[in-house]
Amino acid sequence: MTEIQGLGHSRKRVEDARFLRGQGNYIDDLKLPGMLHLDIVRSPYAHAKIKAIHTEKALATPGVLAVIDGPTLQKYNVHNMPTFMGDTQMVLPVDTVKYQYQEVAGVLGTDRYTAADGVAAVEVDYEPLPVVVDPFKALEPGSQKVRDDKESNHIWHWEWGDKEKTEQDFANAEITVKENIYIPRIHVSSMETCGCVAKWDATNGHLTLWMTTQAPHIIRTVVALITGHLGLSEEKIRVISPDLGGGFGGKVPAYPGYVIAVAASIVTGAPVKWIETRTENLAADSFGRDYHITAELAGMKDGTLTSLRFKTIADHGYADNAANPSKFPAGMFHICTGSYDFKSAFVEVDGVYTNKPPGGVAYRCSFRVTEAVHAIEQMADVYAQKIGMDPAEFRMKNFIKPEAFPYTSALGWEYDSGDYPAALRKAMDMVGYETLRKEQVEKRARGEFMGIGISSFTEIVGAGPSKHFDIIGLKMFGSCEIRIHPTGKAIARFGTKSQGQGHETTYAQVIAEELGIPADHIKIEEGDTDTAPYGLGTYASRSTPVDAASAAVTARKIREKAKKIAAHLLEANEDDLEWKTDRFFVKGSPDQNKTIQEIAFAAYTNHPQGMEGGLESVSYYDPPNLTYPFGSYICVVDIDRGTGKVAIRRFVAVDDCGVRINPMIVDGQIHGGLAMGFAPAMMEEISYDENGNIHGTNFMDYLLPTAVETPNWELGETVTPSPHHPIGAKGIGESATVGAPAAFVNAVVDALAHLGVTTIDIPMTPRKVWELMHKHGGTLEE
Amino acid sequence: MSTHHIQVTINEKVHEADVEARLLLVYLLRENLNLTGTHIGCDTTSCGACTILLNGTPVKSCAVFAVQADGAEIRTVEGLVQDGKLSAIQEGFHEKHGLQCGYCTPGMMMTTTALLAENPHPTEDEIRHGISGNLCRCTGYMNIVKAVQYAADKMAEKVEA
Repeated sequence: MTEIQGLGHSRKRVEDARFLRGQGNYIDDLKLPGMLHLDIVRSPYAHAKIKAIHTEKALATPGVLAVIDGPTLQKYNVHNMPTFMGDTQMVLPVDTVKYQYQEVAGVLGTDRYTAADGVAAVEVDYEPLPVVVDPFKALEPGSQKVRDDKESNHIWHWEWGDKEKTEQDFANAEITVKENIYIPRIHVSSMETCGCVAKWDATNGHLTLWMTTQAPHIIRTVVALITGHLGLSEEKIRVISPDLGGGFGGKVPAYPGYVIAVAASIVTGAPVKWIETRTENLAADSFGRDYHITAELAGMKDGTLTSLRFKTIADHGYADNAANPSKFPAGMFHICTGSYDFKSAFVEVDGVYTNKPPGGVAYRCSFRVTEAVHAIEQMADVYAQKIGMDPAEFRMKNFIKPEAFPYTSALGWEYDSGDYPAALRKAMDMVGYETLRKEQVEKRARGEFMGIGISSFTEIVGAGPSKHFDIIGLKMFGSCEIRIHPTGKAIARFGTKSQGQGHETTYAQVIAEELGIPADHIKIEEGDTDTAPYGLGTYASRSTPVDAASAAVTARKIREKAKKIAAHLLEANEDDLEWKTDRFFVKGSPDQNKTIQEIAFAAYTNHPQGMEGGLESVSYYDPPNLTYPFGSYICVVDIDRGTGKVAIRRFVAVDDCGVRINPMIVDGQIHGGLAMGFAPAMMEEISYDENGNIHGTNFMDYLLPTAVETPNWELGETVTPSPHHPIGAKGIGESATVGAPAAFVNAVVDALAHLGVTTIDIPMTPRKVWELMHKHGGTLEE
Repeated sequence: MSTHHIQVTINEKVHEADVEARLLLVYLLRENLNLTGTHIGCDTTSCGACTILLNGTPVKSCAVFAVQADGAEIRTVEGLVQDGKLSAIQEGFHEKHGLQCGYCTPGMMMTTTALLAENPHPTEDEIRHGISGNLCRCTGYMNIVKAVQYAADKMAEKVEA
């Protein structure tokens, strides 16, 4: 008999079969008859007036069919497009460019080489204009304005919390600490870049858009909204998200290239493919982070924290192209009280325009949670260091107590469940914390620098409850449709979209657990708006909290109907039936039973009179609350006093994501998340010179960790189920990326604390570490 | 633009093509021959998603012109399955959860194929250096290292048997 493979089973992945054989279906693998290729002319300047675009030479190039520019799109009023944050963004400029590598014109060719030839032949006359790159300068009165359609460079001000009480608590504090923390602009750099194939069917007025998107349904609705005046309505638009080579937040927004490809297909009547190069991906797509945080904590001499105050400047570049829930322009940054019991807190964030690419999407995190966690976890160490308390003891003292859940934070979030001391204690035991502290003392006496860094993070994921969460007005519920076939096999479809998380494997396990149908007999589909129920996609660790919940709820609805059919088949009263694993049986008579397969067959062949035939259901799950995964990470580093190189000796990660659907996949998500926490902590940053020229447009300048730099991870777990989630799960895709960076930072600062070092910004490159040590007299001199 | 007639043997099958001098080998594979298992992840030979074996040596096919491959023996991910069975390396990636989005996987497995041919019993450090020309954004590499170790063990068993 085929094994059911429900919850807690490390089921091997279904997806692997095609990926291992080179049979995946990624966007660039799609080839349609008569397909044209789109390539894009981009601006060399960060701010310039476009005086003229000369297309004659391009159009004379063999194989080049058309050049599309802003004025062309303006005729149809699609030269601008809305962002998810209610801002606007140019698709193609009519007269000015606002950041380097901005799209200037699209060139269509018969293949990608001729399209590139066309791009090289387009000549653009630019008149460079003054540039503002620094968001603080952008806020100064009289600063060069980035947006001609706005009054200033200030996009929005957002604040949250009790300002007055926070000020009082700061005034009454015995200890206050304050640091400026910059979390630099970084890029998710999924191994596959973005792209699409747009196919316009002029006869029927249908548009099919294969597109690298984490949220196909929102894209369909947005396309319908912005092209409605051209007669393209939602039932005629089909968005298909094929296999995605990673996403991490970078494939949530709509980029101009997609829109140009759609326009090009409508204009030419031919399918049009657009695939970014890596340089275009790094230089023009949405970035993550870029938060300048001034963080303050207040409390008592004995280490008791009382209040928190964070003030942040958020650099959004030329447009606010983040993908936050509408009510929260700074995402869930107000999770920044973290794992600690504060009496009061106040946070404010100001969004700013600069001449840089638009963005503010997540980098594998739930809406600014990494920025929040990074700041609070770094500040916890700053406070502990100031009063001379061990950072582990300091955390234990200030943790929200396990018995306090559900707990309402000083900033109003209702934490569902947690046991923070248990996770930290486990991490300390795994790493041998007390022994390491003794070793550190001995090493310092010998002049060697080693550090131990802790991060005890609390995440907030699973957006979200309809009361508070929407994107452009669309509520963020989960969705699942399950159909049981007559032979007892099933297909289930979802409004999410895996980018490597393994949904085809794990969703089947949730349904298998609920219905007793072996996971191998359940096919999972996502990503096609013509077939999947409406859903807001996969990002912000929402697939497990929202759509896996939906799977369980839908399966339970089916089980309710199955019970009625079973009662009919067993000639028993429904109330006398009990469910076990994969069948209903008559209480007290286990031999009298009907399996789910028998029931499914009867649903199509012998269903009770008066009941609808078939066995299927759909549900749109509105979560009652968010989920709050947490964990404690401990990093041990040794620093070379001659070079500033930081060697990661150990990294212990204890995660609590509630009930684990597939432990193998959970561990894989943590490994990958840790690597994407390590990356910005040690290596990655996208920076610009004063003229707005980007540094880091390829993988030789923007450094992704290889297997050599990436540490080995030691994983541990605790399990505190979510009380409101149907199967008690919380989500795990991003915890590690959120929690890890502060552990690296705290380890490095801890190694140098005796020199008087209190903070360091990421990425902690050897040069930056060496300069910091040198400033504090800690380097080895020749 | 000059055109050249080339002949290449890919996964034991002979192909002939007339190609422009500038055509990269990766596009010959992907676009002319529909072998789309070999991927493109960067423009600078940094990521290794396009790694194939050219006369047994792993090369980044985005940095080789198709004309340079004239007369060569090429193996791509599509050629790893033998007699309908996954190779030990493919099996290792599956068993050890060495892939997530799957985009870097073909290149990673081709590099591993060459690595294990040259060094059948690599240490962890040798594996990490051996695959350092291939970037993966999903797995954090640990399970890829385990997958390579699994394959090495499995291949050693076979040799002993």
